[in-house]
Amino acid sequence: MMRVVLPYHLRTLAGVGGEVRIDLAGAATYAMVVDEIEAAYPMLKGTIREQGSGKRRPFVRFFACGQDVSHEGMDAAVPEEVAAGREVLIVLGAVAGG
Amino acid sequence: MSGVRVLVGTKKGAFVLSADGKRTNWKIDGPLFAGWEVYHVKGSAVDPNRIYASQTSGWFGQLIQRSDDGGRTWAPAGNEFKYDGVPGTHQHYDGTPRPWEFKRVWHLEPDALDADVVLAGVEDAALFRTVDGAKTWQEVSGLRAHGTGPQWQPGAGGLCLHTILTSPSRPGRITIAISAAGAFRSDDDGVTWKAINRGLKSEYIPDPDAEVGHCIHHIAMHGSRPDVLFMQKHWDVMRSDDAGDTWHEVSGDLPTDFGFVIDVHAHEPETVYVVPIKSDSEHFPPEGKLRVYRSRTGGNEWEPLTKGLPQSDCYVNVLRDAMAVDALDECGVYFGTTGGQVYASADGGDSWRAIARDLPGVLSVEVQTLR
Repeated sequence: MMRVVLPYHLRTLAGVGGEVRIDLAGAATYAMVVDEIEAAYPMLKGTIREQGSGKRRPFVRFFACGQDVSHEGMDAAVPEEVAAGREVLIVLGAVAGG
Repeated sequence: MSGVRVLVGTKKGAFVLSADGKRTNWKIDGPLFAGWEVYHVKGSAVDPNRIYASQTSGWFGQLIQRSDDGGRTWAPAGNEFKYDGVPGTHQHYDGTPRPWEFKRVWHLEPDALDADVVLAGVEDAALFRTVDGAKTWQEVSGLRAHGTGPQWQPGAGGLCLHTILTSPSRPGRITIAISAAGAFRSDDDGVTWKAINRGLKSEYIPDPDAEVGHCIHHIAMHGSRPDVLFMQKHWDVMRSDDAGDTWHEVSGDLPTDFGFVIDVHAHEPETVYVVPIKSDSEHFPPEGKLRVYRSRTGGNEWEPLTKGLPQSDCYVNVLRDAMAVDALDECGVYFGTTGGQVYASADGGDSWRAIARDLPGVLSVEVQTLR
């Protein structure tokens, strides 16, 4: 069971608190994680990645295992610790604006 | 019992201000969609309980919210705005070609006859339509197919389609405005379009009389006279008596003809309201005095309306979609400021009071008249 922490505004939008748990077995990519999130919470379509292009939105970042993994690409595999559910994948809004 | 509902979009959420027909005691509900920019909230004329909202964020993109119970509860609707075909390019600020890229929805215009049909004006400038209550959106692509599209250039706020006018008395006609491309009209429900900018003169562009390139801030129309349009351009207040085919200036004796909002009285088609702003460099009222100007003659002769409005040290702006009127017997006029005040007049502008004073900066104001 994979664990994902969403930013405040997306938790509010999806009506969830704390971690979101995703049932993905074995190796998974960031795109597959977002696929699962969007399937479970359709109101989040377009908020993490752009509809159409599928690119991560520029001010949305992915952190995992103490690292900024935002630039690994949506088709890269998530870290093994995240895939195994021992670490969380953190989705957060970049610190910008007011 | 009649009443009004004022739908306010702000930089940090939406608010619903409601009152009975006396418009004396106001209840404020909100913030809805707290922390998000809400560019526009507008209700259906045929079903006042149906309200649509444009919720947007530089981080998380665009959402469309829909309420079926007058704004008490909301649900996210479809938010995919995909340009038709190969998007092509428009001009960037520096004059280089830039591919069309969807950024946000500026304006939602529910159909006058069908609550499930809505037009959306977006940035980068395009028109979209839903016919299923905002589940899905399709581009009205004839507009961008207008041959001038590659010449369109953004205004300071972006290349936004901000004004959409329709009238039940002229089915099939849609008039829109884009900053800073100009005004366009379709008479066949969006299939074909023509630029309607003849008579506009913009000294800040290379060819002041160009077919496109004018920074139109807003256009208003009285539903009973769809051929008469009033425009607040970047500079200049303009009027057309032929549905935009030609324009003439009616700035007359205004202290400055720069501004953003313009609206028309609900029952007097020749009564027009503007809020003059000092200049394109100083976006606040002249002399720090917040004054609405009213013309009862369709322009040229304007009177300042000051009663109840701050007449010293006021340096707010009133953005293009932040004025609206109600349709009660004595027409109410409403506007919101970048300082978070919403002012209301229950007597056609003769006197004003703040019905909300400390909201986030106001982006838009719409009014529903409830009977």
